[in-house]
Amino acid sequence: MAVTHATSGADDPVAVVRLEGIEKSFFGVPVLRGVDLLLHAGEVHALVGENGAGKSTLLKVLAGVHRPDSGRIVVRDAEVSFATPRDAQAAGIAIIHQEFTLLEHRTVAENVFLGREPVRRGQVDRRAMETQTRRLLDWLGEDGIEPGTEVARLSVARKQVVEIVKALSADAKVLAMDEPTAALADNEVELLYGLVRRLRDRGIAILYVSHRMREVFDLSSRITVLKDGAFVTCVPTADLDTDQVVRHMVGRPLDALYPERTSVPGAVRIALRGAGNERVRNLTFDVRAGEIVGLAGLQGSGRSAIARAIWGVEPFTTGTVELDGVPTRVTGPRTAVRKGIGYVTEDRKGEGLALRQSVRDNTLLVRRAACRGAVARQAADLTRLLGSVGVVARGPHQEVRYLSGGNQQKVVLGKWLAVRPRVLIVDEPTRGVDVGAKQTLYRLLRDLADDGMAILMISSELPELIGMSDRILVMHEGALAGELPAGADEEAVMALATGHRPGAVA
Amino acid sequence: MSAVREQVRRRSEAPARTRTFVITPVLVVYLALAVLLVVGSVLVGVQGGVLLDHGGILNILTRGTVLGLVAIGQTLVIVTGSLDLSVAYLVGLCSLVAAETMAGSPAMIVPGVLAALVVAAVVGLVNGLVITVLKANAFIATLGVALVLRGYLEHNYTGPAGSVPRAFQHIGYDRIGPVPVAALLMLLLAAAAWWYLRRTRTGYHMYAVGGDVDVARLSGVRTGRTIVTAHVLCAVMAGLAGVFLAGRLGSGAPYVGTDAGYDLESIAAVVLGGTALAGGRGGVAGTIGGVLILSTLDTIFDDLEMDSFFKDVVRGVVLIVAVALYARRRPARRST
Repeated sequence: MAVTHATSGADDPVAVVRLEGIEKSFFGVPVLRGVDLLLHAGEVHALVGENGAGKSTLLKVLAGVHRPDSGRIVVRDAEVSFATPRDAQAAGIAIIHQEFTLLEHRTVAENVFLGREPVRRGQVDRRAMETQTRRLLDWLGEDGIEPGTEVARLSVARKQVVEIVKALSADAKVLAMDEPTAALADNEVELLYGLVRRLRDRGIAILYVSHRMREVFDLSSRITVLKDGAFVTCVPTADLDTDQVVRHMVGRPLDALYPERTSVPGAVRIALRGAGNERVRNLTFDVRAGEIVGLAGLQGSGRSAIARAIWGVEPFTTGTVELDGVPTRVTGPRTAVRKGIGYVTEDRKGEGLALRQSVRDNTLLVRRAACRGAVARQAADLTRLLGSVGVVARGPHQEVRYLSGGNQQKVVLGKWLAVRPRVLIVDEPTRGVDVGAKQTLYRLLRDLADDGMAILMISSELPELIGMSDRILVMHEGALAGELPAGADEEAVMALATGHRPGAVA
Repeated sequence: MSAVREQVRRRSEAPARTRTFVITPVLVVYLALAVLLVVGSVLVGVQGGVLLDHGGILNILTRGTVLGLVAIGQTLVIVTGSLDLSVAYLVGLCSLVAAETMAGSPAMIVPGVLAALVVAAVVGLVNGLVITVLKANAFIATLGVALVLRGYLEHNYTGPAGSVPRAFQHIGYDRIGPVPVAALLMLLLAAAAWWYLRRTRTGYHMYAVGGDVDVARLSGVRTGRTIVTAHVLCAVMAGLAGVFLAGRLGSGAPYVGTDAGYDLESIAAVVLGGTALAGGRGGVAGTIGGVLILSTLDTIFDDLEMDSFFKDVVRGVVLIVAVALYARRRPARRST
């Protein structure tokens, strides 16, 4: 069956969905201007573009959430118009959103058939639900999931499988996946790759939206690039390299993504001496002023646990922490802030921002909470602050939930700069952020280090970690596995992270 | 992946079959009820009385009947992620509608009951539509409807009105042994509501809407319709409670529902029964346990001739402890 699926250059691939000249405006602002998209059965088609390029809007048009102002949607040679998501579902189009549409406290089968429960003699036919769910899981080769398990008990990767099964059970022929790896641990990404390929081989058309170029090149056979709501190009993946794609997306060559390492490390700002708690143990390392120290490790290795411990959410129970040479006990976020520690959390929407509050209120959140008497100077300062992080918003009163991921992250950074921390911990600083904004954030972090801040950077994107860090600490199962110098290669990091000592036999 | 992590994962993703060993809220509620009955029996026994004699059982079940009816309905709306604060006035209103329609005539029993239930359904419909169409918060919406009902009752009634024929009063007093027929009817309705929530599509959708209304909508559930259905059913249950009370009192009484505080009391019973106030989890079985705990507490207090202020304190403490326990049960959702 793998033979039949279309690749670039095939003569008669089966077109499943065709979008032609899709236009859509919100409040007079054009978001999509004449976008074309052609999806074939059994292909993985990447859709790339910066945040704000119109990818999500296009997905929503495809899913029947938004109606296009003009343009045609053709499904298997018949023009259609979707009034509701239900219509799109009926036409065989399903979207796997970044945020899962699963009910945590219902079972796998109940979620898969939500809204379409089979009924037999007035009752929901639970047996049929479970059998069919199991059949679909088997079909995908995912037999580790029980249809009767409560979804809350599944790992993120398995929830994603359930999400996909839910789409397939509605007889989806087209699956649009929006940043499917955003929530996954590194080792789960490979599993997703396998799943995507199996879906493709079974004739499903997959529209794969991602910021991660490696995934795009690993998986897709064709790439469609959007920029500022307009269609730029659609080319076979084999004919392109990463640089070319980025150039199409940004519209200009992206000179050196990572800023040069200019700073000279100064005095030790924060020092851990044998620190540990339930999640991590025996940590001893320093971060100096002017230094960006990368913290690598697999998901669950204790990377983020270190951050949360230093910041006092789950404090260290053993060992000591010294700030500027003074032994310090951080018992909670409030003390951390007062001692000059900032923490850019990996969960931007959940912990980093008050989404329904304005840019201004978010930026000043920490300062208002931690400082006295600064209120008078806030207004003048705010403009400077927002300017220094380069937030693009309609104004300080815009609610942050309407900003793009990149701009949201800049607001989070601004929030910390408002209290001028000595130590800044950043956890996945560019997750869900487009390439252009990434570059700005990198520049910003480097400038902060140059100003004498000590930065501890956690990231699961190795290129980023290696590109930014002056040194890299690698975690493995709650302990430090080793330290690598700037510019170490990915294999060295992974070797430590997976517990293979350099030179040791696996 | 390391062996440790694999192990952790296996444990946390154990198939559903092993869950029979997990302590569910429903089990906790009935265990608590059993403990309460034992402790209560001892306390009452020390004072020379018997808690679970003929009169005691009758007392517990009779108290539980009306609250049970209201709380079953309240469970439906709370599972759906909503709330109904208008039930107390609705109970009074329906008792009046039933008693005034019957006006002492046995021939009017059926029309009286139907009239009360229709009025209740209409009020529930209004509740549901205000929430879904006007997008008012359920708390405010049903509080508003409650105020409207209160205004109507205060303007038109000063005391009991209408008259229930003797034949219908039987419903309030007939019993089989120590078990009132009405209590059996209430339990029957509880079973029906359980089946409805656990076995029908609408029931499934109620859990879905209460669990996450956006997820439900994106999955093709007609969320508005589901919420309205829950409110209508809740109101009808309150209506039944009103009809039953009319039968017991022999007439309709405008404040019979509010005097007993059925609005907050029913919510308390639901929460005590392990249903999440935010919706999406819980069910009728727990609610009935909650109702029985509350009515048993009252009966114990009566037997001990306890000060009524102290009663309220104990009830409050029980409620808070229960909710705190459920909050503790909730597994940490944080993943590193």
